[in-house]
Amino acid sequence: MSLSSDLREPATRPQARLQMIDCDVHHAMRSETDLYPYLSAKWRRHLETYGARRPVPYVHSAPYPKAAPALSRKDAWPANGGPPGSDLAFMQEQLLDRYDVEYGLLHLLSPSGMDQRDQDLGAAICRAINEWQYREWTQKEPRLKAAVVVPGEDAAASVAEIEHWAGNPDFVQVSMITHSIEPLGRRRYWPIYEAAARNGFAVGLHTSGYNGHAVTPTGWASFYAEEHQEVAISQQAVVTSLVCEGVLARNPDLRVVIVEAGFAWAASLLWRLDRHWARMRDEVAHLTRPPSAYIGEQMWFTTQQMDEPERAEDMRRIIDWIGWDRLLFATDYPHWDFDDPETAFKIRMSEEERRKIFRDNARTAYRLS
Amino acid sequence: MTTATTGAIDCDMHPAVPGMHALLPYLDDHWREQVSLRGIGGMDPSSFPPTIPANSRPDWRPTKDKPGTDLAMLRAQALDAFATRYAICNCLYAVQAAYNADFAAGLCRAVNDWIAGEWLDRESRLRASIVVPLQDPALAVEEIERRAGDARFVQVLLPAGCEMPLGRRFYWPIYAAAERYRLPVAIHAGSTFRHATTSNGWPSYYLEDYVVQSHAAQAQLLSLVAEGVFTKFPGLTVVLSETGFTWLPQFLWRATKTWRAMRSEIPWVDRAPADIIRDHVRFTLQPADAPPDAPALQQAVEQIGSDRVLLFSTDYPHWHFDGVQAVPEGLSADLVRKMLIDNPLETYPRLKETVQ
Repeated sequence: MSLSSDLREPATRPQARLQMIDCDVHHAMRSETDLYPYLSAKWRRHLETYGARRPVPYVHSAPYPKAAPALSRKDAWPANGGPPGSDLAFMQEQLLDRYDVEYGLLHLLSPSGMDQRDQDLGAAICRAINEWQYREWTQKEPRLKAAVVVPGEDAAASVAEIEHWAGNPDFVQVSMITHSIEPLGRRRYWPIYEAAARNGFAVGLHTSGYNGHAVTPTGWASFYAEEHQEVAISQQAVVTSLVCEGVLARNPDLRVVIVEAGFAWAASLLWRLDRHWARMRDEVAHLTRPPSAYIGEQMWFTTQQMDEPERAEDMRRIIDWIGWDRLLFATDYPHWDFDDPETAFKIRMSEEERRKIFRDNARTAYRLS
Repeated sequence: MTTATTGAIDCDMHPAVPGMHALLPYLDDHWREQVSLRGIGGMDPSSFPPTIPANSRPDWRPTKDKPGTDLAMLRAQALDAFATRYAICNCLYAVQAAYNADFAAGLCRAVNDWIAGEWLDRESRLRASIVVPLQDPALAVEEIERRAGDARFVQVLLPAGCEMPLGRRFYWPIYAAAERYRLPVAIHAGSTFRHATTSNGWPSYYLEDYVVQSHAAQAQLLSLVAEGVFTKFPGLTVVLSETGFTWLPQFLWRATKTWRAMRSEIPWVDRAPADIIRDHVRFTLQPADAPPDAPALQQAVEQIGSDRVLLFSTDYPHWHFDGVQAVPEGLSADLVRKMLIDNPLETYPRLKETVQ
């Protein structure tokens, strides 16, 4: 804890006295060429000629136009002209110092390696991103902790990347996009979970990426107003897959964090999973306990985007159902749907409840001291 | 016999087509010949293989043939056992999955005529949904118009997993016809397998396919609201069947929150999605996906913010409960009464007229 935060006036920002761990912070590159120092000449040429080829209709734009430029808060554009999240000093001022953040867990959204159609390029981009994160971010700001991004469709390359960074305290998790080509519990991804668990990394699954599949199981939505909720719904399928296909059961040391999908849906999903597992458990004999038992020990959910019950007090019931030890606070800085730690929860919490959600659960999930 | 459900309206049960042979008498000459000539087999849905435990309770499984094929059993086990006043048959034979739209239309005609001839004519407590070829909305409208004169058909049946989200304008002629004939549109669990059952591809296990049915249903709801279907067709009611409802509170909160931020993209959506859904969308009871402690179920239902949206169903012969405990513990007496009788009557104008 820094001296300045000890001396901060509690009357002006009472809740900021509790140090927090922000489990979803987005840093960004000023431009794609920021990656060039970490790529070989061959891949630089390749990118300039063939570009990043992902299963999407546009070369540069998002398939569904987003809510705001760079997805970001209007006030998050740094003075130096770069995009939001690209200026460490501004992030320190606007997020880390402002909210007394003990640790900020970084999730890079762009560029991404895992959904590159050329898998060698994907692996090279992941390595370059990790080098860039290490040199440009975590080495410069010890409060920031990075995720080892891996080209998850290529398990062997992913394991190599995980092992390359194993033991480096700047990295606390392995990150894959969630729109994978197959459900993330399928066997092709198992070596990645095994390597993460073996090397003490959590696996952080931030809603992201493209896989060529329609964004819903019934085809392409027309609007971002739908897609924004659909991608969170798809995380329910990720949870279903990870537990039903036995990833959690087979790797009892594995810790998984579902990032940027809200969390209130988890209660009903757990009920539904348990009910139908009870009926058809002979099909999934690798599960010796109800799905909720595995999820209750090995999975966490970040809080952003905050769910907003029509009756504020219902939030307490929802958290009771999911478990106060399963939620990790996240701001999603600097994006437009940023959750302010001081106002995001509309219910009164005890000091112990706040400590769990804003800090202690994250210490457990990420083995942070 | 008096039970907790006496006089209820069962809004989702599943008589099963025994096989293609049963439909042959109801197919026109061309399709009867094609089916025989080409050896076209049965169309049991991959979404509901009849041998899987969830799809038939052990004590509801006949010694031969598929569950749901025997009228005497259905009478005894579903209608008499629950003392239901009416029960709505949703035939899940996967005729909507055919790639050939004309074939699908021929099959839909056959299924609807089969339901009328083999079930409705023989049991006066039964009602049915019209199955339609959604491959071609013009043909679907033809089929609705062909059967709409028979008041025993009380809704239109669509699968949850389609080629496109059901809010798309492509499908609007179906909603116009449904509204015109005062037929709610049921969107029932089950996929035509045009897309993987998750937006991340195909899961390994049936358990997963079953669980994620609720995600397809949620996608359809988002689409219907965002595309403005309820703005365009204010008289339309949609019934989500066999896809759960405990997910609904969070879904409503999220949909409204997103709409507040993004309404400039969909300006025709002029009210909060939660309010639109509470006014226009109903949910069948089973599977209830209830929490382990009974009081939590009532709390979850109260979070929906309306006691008008739940419709009683047994989902016969699917297996979600034992004995006659179709109404899960924990729900208030007032809510149960509404769910059993009032809400179904309000949802299905054709049933209400029969009762009056």
